[in-house]
Amino acid sequence: MISLTINGLPVTVDKGTTILEAAKFLGFPIPTLCHMDGLEPYGACRLCVVEIGEGNSARLVTSCTYRAEEGLKVRTASNRVLRARRMIIELLLGTCPQSKVIQDLASAHGVKRQRFKQEHEDCILCGLCVRMCKEQMAAKAIGFQGRGENRRIGTPFDIKSEVCRLCGGCIYVCPACQLRCTYNDPDKAVCGGCANLTPPCVEKEKFDDMMCYMSPCVACEIRKE
Amino acid sequence: MSSAEIASILERHNRGYGGLIAILEEIQAQYGYLPQNVLQDVAEQTGRSLVDVYGVATFYRAFSLKPRGRHLISCCLGTACHVRGGPGIAEEISRQLGIQPGSNTDDMEFTFETVNCLGACALGPVVVVDGRYFPKVKPSAVKDIIEQAREGIGRIQIESDARVFPVEVSCARCNHSLMDQRHVIDGYPPIRVTVAFNNTHGRLLLSSLYGSYSVDSEFDIPPNTVVNMFCPHCHAELIGAANCGECGAPMVPMIVRGGGMVQICSRKGCKGHILDLGGSALS
Ligand code: FES
Ligand code: FES
Repeated sequence: MISLTINGLPVTVDKGTTILEAAKFLGFPIPTLCHMDGLEPYGACRLCVVEIGEGNSARLVTSCTYRAEEGLKVRTASNRVLRARRMIIELLLGTCPQSKVIQDLASAHGVKRQRFKQEHEDCILCGLCVRMCKEQMAAKAIGFQGRGENRRIGTPFDIKSEVCRLCGGCIYVCPACQLRCTYNDPDKAVCGGCANLTPPCVEKEKFDDMMCYMSPCVACEIRKE
Repeated sequence: MSSAEIASILERHNRGYGGLIAILEEIQAQYGYLPQNVLQDVAEQTGRSLVDVYGVATFYRAFSLKPRGRHLISCCLGTACHVRGGPGIAEEISRQLGIQPGSNTDDMEFTFETVNCLGACALGPVVVVDGRYFPKVKPSAVKDIIEQAREGIGRIQIESDARVFPVEVSCARCNHSLMDQRHVIDGYPPIRVTVAFNNTHGRLLLSSLYGSYSVDSEFDIPPNTVVNMFCPHCHAELIGAANCGECGAPMVPMIVRGGGMVQICSRKGCKGHILDLGGSALS
């Protein structure tokens, strides 16, 4: 057994437990993106950063891959952690602004601006689909290939894989495939619609037609003519 | 490549999980690249999944999944080479060969690729042709390098050629040795002379391998320039009476240790030379 403190609270966990699991046990929320129960931790998105250690030797680690150590002091929401987390979300937003999952994260963590070039990539290389295919579906049909800026996910030689059973598990776990609602401004870096809870259709003059099928709308009480 | 050949390569690497890179290297050495069906065979025979094998094969720059040309030209675009003008060199090579980095010429003579640091940053910008490093390359030297590549370079070739042997020479006037022990060209101390052309003069190192045309020049000598060569000790001009049989430029004589004389053409790029080991030219 290993005892550590998370945000000042002592907790004792089994050897091999990750900080993320220990924090979850205590009920401290740590946002994750590339972590999924049932898949090997991979540490790709860095969203789950926490601060460990004290004073000058304090450092940020990814809690989903970091195993609990005896006497470890973890802070899951220090200023430094929050700043780093927001920056990570901002960077993810830059890569993949069309993803609903990432836009939701931005809303939830108060990221209101995005200072980077919008890339509109299809993939954030979180590796969820690769792990899904390998660990849960035991197919190993897709994998990482290339390196650096050419790194991407695909089947070998980009041809139809013989081992793929078209189970769709990869699509199911993909955080980039689920598109956000585009509002009336598809290029807007941060949609933020969910953060202020104003339905986009309220600014009615910007729409040709109302988006929702409720008439009258329960939020804005506008009725479709 | 048959499955049996692959099996024998795998046998040598004891089918262990750790040996994938070594296996792929060996296949690439035999084939020049990694063909698709071979990768499939490797995956099958090692019990690995094809994604893993493919992932490794695409991760490393050293592996190629496309057939490669006979000569491989790599231009360094690492940080040091980049600031010293690497991109200009890469562009020039692209222009001369008419291909983009990462592709082959239509006749499959050349493959051109850019690399990120070859570990010889002090020599930047560096171009490597078939394993031979060309340091401090200037755009004007690219043509020459490609020409050399076409003719074939590489030490293995030079050493296996029986007509190639190292010579030791001295100045015909002061008899000082012209060998430079502090440098190495083609694996031997080169011949050092001072050259002058168009108001510039500087050091020129010539390969002492008879039959090799490797040089290292302090300044870039434009092709076809006729240069004057001087002894670095007595500063006398190394000049004889003969003219090159190939191009008519004056020949530069030097005394060969052990008797005889070698004369080389003074025109950059001309390969004219005379070797007279009889010693009659001396008297
Ligand atoms: S959840 Fe830990 S790095 Fe992605
Ligand atoms: S940068 Fe070119 S060799 Fe290092």
